[in-house]
Amino acid sequence: MELLSQLSQGFAAALTFGNIAYCLVGVTLGTLIGVLPGIGPVATIAMLLPATYGLPPLSALIMLAGIYYGAQYGGSTSAILVNLPGESSSVVTCLDGHAMARQGRAGAALGIAALGSFFAGSVATLIIAVLAAPLAELALKFGPAEYFSLMVLGLVAAVVLANGSLIKAIAMIILGLLLGLVGTDVNSGVERFTFGIPELSDGFGFVVVSMGLFGIAEIIYNLEKGEKRDFFATRVGGIWPSRDDFRQSWKPVLRGTTLGSILGVLPGGGAILSSFAAYTLEKRLAEDSSRFGKGAIEGVAAPEAANNAGAQTSFIPLLTLGIPPNAVMALMVGAMMIHGIVPGPQVMTERPELFWGLIASMWIGNALLVLLNLPLIGIWIRLLKVPYRLLYPAILLFCCVGVYSVNQSALEVAFTVGFGLLGYLFIKLDCEPAPLLLGFVLGPLMEENLRRALLLARGDATVFFTRPLSLGLLVGALLLVLILVLPKVRQTREVAFQED
Amino acid sequence: MHIRIISRQDFLAGLFFTLLGALVAAGSFKYAMGTAMRMGPGYFPLTLAALLVAIGLFVLTHALTLDRANAQAVEPFALRPITLVAAGVLIFAFTVQSFGLIVATIGLVTVSGVAYQGFRWSELAILGATLSVFAVGVFSYGLSLPFQALPV
Repeated sequence: MELLSQLSQGFAAALTFGNIAYCLVGVTLGTLIGVLPGIGPVATIAMLLPATYGLPPLSALIMLAGIYYGAQYGGSTSAILVNLPGESSSVVTCLDGHAMARQGRAGAALGIAALGSFFAGSVATLIIAVLAAPLAELALKFGPAEYFSLMVLGLVAAVVLANGSLIKAIAMIILGLLLGLVGTDVNSGVERFTFGIPELSDGFGFVVVSMGLFGIAEIIYNLEKGEKRDFFATRVGGIWPSRDDFRQSWKPVLRGTTLGSILGVLPGGGAILSSFAAYTLEKRLAEDSSRFGKGAIEGVAAPEAANNAGAQTSFIPLLTLGIPPNAVMALMVGAMMIHGIVPGPQVMTERPELFWGLIASMWIGNALLVLLNLPLIGIWIRLLKVPYRLLYPAILLFCCVGVYSVNQSALEVAFTVGFGLLGYLFIKLDCEPAPLLLGFVLGPLMEENLRRALLLARGDATVFFTRPLSLGLLVGALLLVLILVLPKVRQTREVAFQED
Repeated sequence: MHIRIISRQDFLAGLFFTLLGALVAAGSFKYAMGTAMRMGPGYFPLTLAALLVAIGLFVLTHALTLDRANAQAVEPFALRPITLVAAGVLIFAFTVQSFGLIVATIGLVTVSGVAYQGFRWSELAILGATLSVFAVGVFSYGLSLPFQALPV
């Protein structure tokens, strides 16, 4: 029953007027950017990081977390109504969701997406609460060798689960690790790769890198592609799904929740992979798989539940081990650091109100999201009609203000432009930027732990294999690589990512 | 023998990784290497850079020799959005300090707005005015971020 008392402590911390308000702001913003194509949670959270300096830490985290899972709700709205994924995790929702909209059943699709997401979010919140304590305890046994091995496992998993070419994903991670090393070396005080630029002595700012790679690069790419929208909201229909809809979708929601919860914990996983996997699974299990793509409600229910569950459980590695499993969580590390909180197992014991408060807020946020999405759907539909040519200058303004307000440095904004161009180049060369961001965050941590582990072991590199926990983690990483080389798995992976 | 470049995308990506890795490796030699037990600041970067070169070369040769059905050409670069978006942001960056948020916002919106094929000047003027009022209200006053509204 310790769990209950901890959860009630969390609710007590999260249910203050201010924190509910920040939660509402977060999920509303999340829905907003989820609905709008061309701006994702990474860029939004990066933009808002500076604005959270003045907030109490719990309020800041509640708001930023709300943006992430709120975006999963909003993403489905534009997928269903406009056949345009507002978020990359909603790509598969387009297939059947938009087909349903064409049949005049947009309302049912939106309804089941929101209710399925709510169910998945509630379950995932509970999973976090249950799993967090044992995992954090395990993490306390970790020394530098274990941390290094854990990060290796994390990065390998991020590669395996990323879409696109594996080998290029590995290269992107290394590039990210290298980028993370720019700045003053903590051990020797030597400035590395700073080219004598004082702004670089602390390294590239997190906001600078992420805003450039994800914000500006995407705007340039969207402008190049031009605008193609297939709006279909003339008849939304009843929001509440029919009894038949419920009968058809409760099992997919359950399966999607399970799959999403598991995949979300894995590094590199999170919302995107979860939704793809859930869709593929439903299609496999269906008696008549030809209905998929033509408005099968299972094809909306399962991925929407999965992406929300995945978004939520991806907080587990961050909160218990201090290791961010995806780009959004990497930003959350940044947010916690701003407030002087070092993410890791000690957060739970030292700042229980923060830890449990954040978890409790996720449930509150999910409840708010159902309210926001079902009755207020009309507002989001209207928003979808704002053309991109009016939207992107506003997004650019937010990017500029976000970067500039960190250090009042024009040079950092110029760096952001540089990363934007780099990001655009990556899109052209078919290289995923997400692994780079992960490497960027983990770079300094990894070097630090590698150095410490080898110093303690007197330069004996076998330390990573002789300590059982560390060995286990490395074996896990090796297994992942081996599995991937198996031709069958490789095929399935390719199929799974080609569903769109 | 005639070597064909099957995937231009991968070829360029490989080239990019290789060159960058080589540059970083060359740069790392400026810093002390140390030993595995007491690593100097150059140790870790050099290791990573060597890995990057190796992967880059692998991607590069793979693109040259492997016969693949889905040969990917690199799409042409869209110069108009690249230059105008970059220019707009830079204008903001270098005007906001001395000319204030209003001027910087209007500059950003006007220049980057032209990046859209089929933009309208009238629309951009309205958008610039609206956004600058919004920016001053929200950022300077609402969030009290350090932005001057007017030139100083």
